[in-house]
Amino acid sequence: MSQALPNPLPPVALDETQQQRLRRLYAEIRCLVCQNQSLADSAADLAVDLRHEVQTQIAKGSTDDQIKGWLVERYGDFVLYKPQMQASTAILWGGPFVSLAAGAIIWKLVQRRRSLSPSQRQVSADQLRRAKQLLVADDDQKGS
Amino acid sequence: MSRWLKAGLPLLFFLVIAWFLLKGLDRNPREIPSPLINRAAPVAVLEALPRLDDRAQAIAFKDLIGQVWLLNVWGSWCSGCQIEHPLLNRLAAEKLIPIVGLAWKDAPAQSHEWLSRLGDPYTMVVMDLQGKAAIEWGVYGAPETFLIDKNNKVRYKHVGPLSLEIIDKELRPLIASLKQ
Repeated sequence: MSQALPNPLPPVALDETQQQRLRRLYAEIRCLVCQNQSLADSAADLAVDLRHEVQTQIAKGSTDDQIKGWLVERYGDFVLYKPQMQASTAILWGGPFVSLAAGAIIWKLVQRRRSLSPSQRQVSADQLRRAKQLLVADDDQKGS
Repeated sequence: MSRWLKAGLPLLFFLVIAWFLLKGLDRNPREIPSPLINRAAPVAVLEALPRLDDRAQAIAFKDLIGQVWLLNVWGSWCSGCQIEHPLLNRLAAEKLIPIVGLAWKDAPAQSHEWLSRLGDPYTMVVMDLQGKAAIEWGVYGAPETFLIDKNNKVRYKHVGPLSLEIIDKELRPLIASLKQ
């Protein structure tokens, strides 16, 4: 912006505990203009405005959850680095555990196969006889 | 069973991962889905803003309620806005739909200069000098365009400059169906 705007946002006075809350909150909020920066790091104009908004709300006495809810209502889950647990973010939160469980099952199956003793892997005389019978039956069908 | 697992599981994993990667290819990370879609348009915050000029008499926000209208967020400092501006001019000339301009953090003198130089497609322009209304609308990068239906619900949002393709393939059909 090349020209100063007529009414810039007034600074908000916060005490030390509020300042600490502010810094903690900033780190959890994504800057939407430069997406890989948190609100604390970003110099984008919108980030300045949003920081001011968060300051105002802290001064007003809003809780962290209220402030985050306010942001999500306007900018969506994307604005939070740690999105809330809900149906639309279930894959995000549950996905790693599902993968882990699937991995465990596969590992277990492989283990079990490896632990079979050679005698268990070998075909018993009974099974061999059944197999032969089946093959014969198969040939008969083809021949008919 | 185990044979099926042996062949099927890796294949299943491959397909799942491939599907996610494929979806990721044509997604624009700058396009964040707006939570405003299908929710009430925050018109009151616009109404509270000062007008850029005295066309205020020509139309009031209460006249917009019940109509299908566009909100276009722009600023003379925004280069993408310059790209889409001729398209807005053309759309305005058709008198298809009222276009409300939100001058986002723009000095009024520069907004005036911009409109007199490039043409003025707006039914009215409100000035958001502090950027508070823009935050209410979840604006994060100008230009942004919202389509509001007769029931004052936001039905569509586009982030970035409009193109002829977007107007013809997305906006026009939606406007036509919303107007019915």
